[in-house]
Amino acid sequence: MALTTIAVGGRTAADRVREELTAGGGDAAGKAFQAALITCLGIALAIIVFLLYDVWGDASEVLPSRLSGLLSGQYTASAGTAGIFNALRGTFSIGAFTVLSFPIGIAAAVYLEEYAPPTRFTRLINVNIRNLAGVPSVVYGIFGLSILVERFGSFTGGATPIAAGITIAILVLPIVIITSAEAIRAVPRTLREGAFGLGATRWEVIRTQVLPYATPGVLTGTVLALARALGEAAPLLLVGAIGERLSDRVGFFDPEGLRKPFTALPIAITDWAKRPLNSGFFQNSAAAIVVLLAIVLVANSAAIVLRNRFEKKRG
Amino acid sequence: MAAITIDDLRGNPRRLRKEAVVKNVFRSAAGLSILISIGIVLALIGRTWSFVGEVDLGTLWGDNWAPRSDQFSLKALLTSTAVVTGIAMIIATPLGLGSAIYLSEYAKPGVRRTLKPILEVLAGIPSVVIGFFCVSFISPNLVQRFFDSAGTFSLAAAGVGVGILTIPLIASVSEDAMRSVPRELREASYGLGARKITTSVKVVLPAAVSGLVAAFILAVSRAIGETMVVLLAAGSANASQFSTNPFDEGLTMTAAIASQVRGSDAAVSQSVVDSLYFVGFTLFAITLILNVVAERFVRRVRQAY
Amino acid sequence: MTDTSKATETQPDVDRGISLVPEIGAHHDASSAHPVVFDAADLSVYYGSFRAVRNVDMAVHQHEVTAFIGPSGCGKSTVLRCFNRMNDLIEIARVEGSLTYHGLDLYDRDVNPVEVRRRIGMVFQKPNPFPKSIYDNVAYGPRLAGIKTDMDDLVERSLRSAALWDEVKDRLKSSAMGLSGGQQQRLCIARAIACGPEVILMDEPCSALDPIATGRIEDLMTELKSQYTIIIVTHNMQQAARVSDRCAFFTTEVNETSDTRTGLLVEYDRTDKIFSNPGDDRTENYVTGRFG
Repeated sequence: MALTTIAVGGRTAADRVREELTAGGGDAAGKAFQAALITCLGIALAIIVFLLYDVWGDASEVLPSRLSGLLSGQYTASAGTAGIFNALRGTFSIGAFTVLSFPIGIAAAVYLEEYAPPTRFTRLINVNIRNLAGVPSVVYGIFGLSILVERFGSFTGGATPIAAGITIAILVLPIVIITSAEAIRAVPRTLREGAFGLGATRWEVIRTQVLPYATPGVLTGTVLALARALGEAAPLLLVGAIGERLSDRVGFFDPEGLRKPFTALPIAITDWAKRPLNSGFFQNSAAAIVVLLAIVLVANSAAIVLRNRFEKKRG
Repeated sequence: MAAITIDDLRGNPRRLRKEAVVKNVFRSAAGLSILISIGIVLALIGRTWSFVGEVDLGTLWGDNWAPRSDQFSLKALLTSTAVVTGIAMIIATPLGLGSAIYLSEYAKPGVRRTLKPILEVLAGIPSVVIGFFCVSFISPNLVQRFFDSAGTFSLAAAGVGVGILTIPLIASVSEDAMRSVPRELREASYGLGARKITTSVKVVLPAAVSGLVAAFILAVSRAIGETMVVLLAAGSANASQFSTNPFDEGLTMTAAIASQVRGSDAAVSQSVVDSLYFVGFTLFAITLILNVVAERFVRRVRQAY
Repeated sequence: MTDTSKATETQPDVDRGISLVPEIGAHHDASSAHPVVFDAADLSVYYGSFRAVRNVDMAVHQHEVTAFIGPSGCGKSTVLRCFNRMNDLIEIARVEGSLTYHGLDLYDRDVNPVEVRRRIGMVFQKPNPFPKSIYDNVAYGPRLAGIKTDMDDLVERSLRSAALWDEVKDRLKSSAMGLSGGQQQRLCIARAIACGPEVILMDEPCSALDPIATGRIEDLMTELKSQYTIIIVTHNMQQAARVSDRCAFFTTEVNETSDTRTGLLVEYDRTDKIFSNPGDDRTENYVTGRFG
């Protein structure tokens, strides 16, 4: 320990002090520790770069040369013509269901933060929501299979985008509630008081003060939830997404498709990723991943842009 | 001043009614979560019960998971799950914790603001993508290169993939815990002449230990519940043998559930379908317990500071 | 909101406001031309089982400034917040005793706190303009009430009443967050005025302001009392002496059974009497600076 070294004879006190105060520089253990920490973070970040590089390497055989064919193609047996049209359609309808469920999640968050009395029942709901957020997605799949596909099959039409969409919406609901509740909790108390003091009802306070102020945070949370929803595959396997060619051809926005068998982007990725590495399908899988990541990225960027706009409005 | 009557203070009845309606709408939205939980439990319990009634429970501790031949070795699934989770934690704990310590204690605010969102990008990558990465890169270039016995699909490759998936979770929960350690504690340590490494390791880490434990447990729970990475990287057979060798193929609980359905057709027996609910229920119970325990630890951090 | 005092024998059921006069005779200045707006009798506020303030008796008169003074934690703000039922927003808060507004029980089952707050406006300790334009801040209350016509006129009148019009008339559409602290607080006063209240409650309105801004708010209070009834909570005794007509001195007492403090009203009288010839030693100690 350099700091504890006792200086000996012949030097002035000032020399000694200077020496002692500058002696900490040779802290080898500290430097090594810091280097180790940076390495940890560096590896974590490098994995992202590596992953993207690796995916792009496989995808470059398909993209951008065959982009339009991939996007519009059906699920054929030939890798050179196979496409993700139906997968995109399925993912789109699942996304739509998820977005439709956001108001429910936000409403639940508003109730928990603004209305709920501090009772045991409220605490139960809160604990319950946090636990739901930790339930493995495959278990939500079992729920979807048992309740939505089988029990309420007459309503959902069985293994359809409706069943899948509702399953995924339920899966992300706790995430939407938790992030929205956090955003609502961050609204300053003084804003609420000011509005109440002017004779606003609780709902008016929420509508005119709480929700506008919480919008950026709520938006970020919901988009994260949407990204999660679009990338989720396991529950779709259980509610019966099929990896083969669909027998019906339906237009992209045709509501007919909601009551027909379906597939989705993560399912196509999974299916093709299981084919041999040099089959061409594997490369299709990589290309489909690029499309999926692009969609997720666009959603996230849109959220950031919107959030910044709302935050600016906050003044 | 004209006399005020009670009617003046009654308020607009339309506004009052609207208020009550809105409140009830919001309350039902929150109540829906309870319904969902009940739905999940009911969905699992019924057929788990029939499964327990219709199969020879002795096979649960056998060596084979092969539902079509009435072999239901829960032991095999649990072992594979444990192997994958163990490898995942070996990868994710140091990387996640190291990243967290760096971001919380060492990184300048600007650096932190840049690096943290990038780490969050990793959290946002769908697990099928990680699964693909396992098959195309991790398995051939890492696992198979260093371990000759490893095949194209192995529990080890899946474990590494699941580990990657849980790094951001460990990092963010640990970082939250460390950042909630009050500045005064660090300042007291520096005031006694301690160096940064001493302060981080001997003061901040012990103070945040509950949060770190919570991060670890949550990551374990997440790893146990991860499906797609395992389904893609650990081999996708419908059947699996008991094995503790990480370089073997294997089925975790999640992969068993998912692959069961994929292979299912009209011809499968009732007990095959029910086995999926049984494994699902086991999985649900394990992760629920882990999450409840983690929640306890998180709350302990909140109470302390 | 139970009103246990209704059951006690000392309180006749009919027209409590008048029957109470002999009991708290000193509080009601017979020579005062101003009628009573609020009458609190035996008012206590509880948070759960903890009694925060006990047994407040006072009558607040129209077109006067009434000041609540006392050391921190004595429950001044808590009592103030009873007057427009802001305490209702705290789940565990409970009020006992009676508080009437023009003879009407403020805590009657039929009384809607929202309606009460429209008539009894409030200005808070820290200026809390909404993150909207200056115009929208002032128009907030009237719009909620469904007023749609002549909004420009109402906004201008309110801002003029709050002595802010000349400073902001050219930037009504810009954000209220860009105003100085003193301007923000006057905007909050304008915002309250725009609702057309009869009473304005001010909870330490100047504690976050510099002396110059404080002076302007004090001047404003003196101007406003010709049209409104004002109750102000303040830490600042000089301020109370300068602006108020009547003054209530609160203090705290330590509860014997637990390590908590309950606030109580020590003395309520005309301000000049409180400051020149207080009737209670505790008041005298406080106003002369020997305590608190």
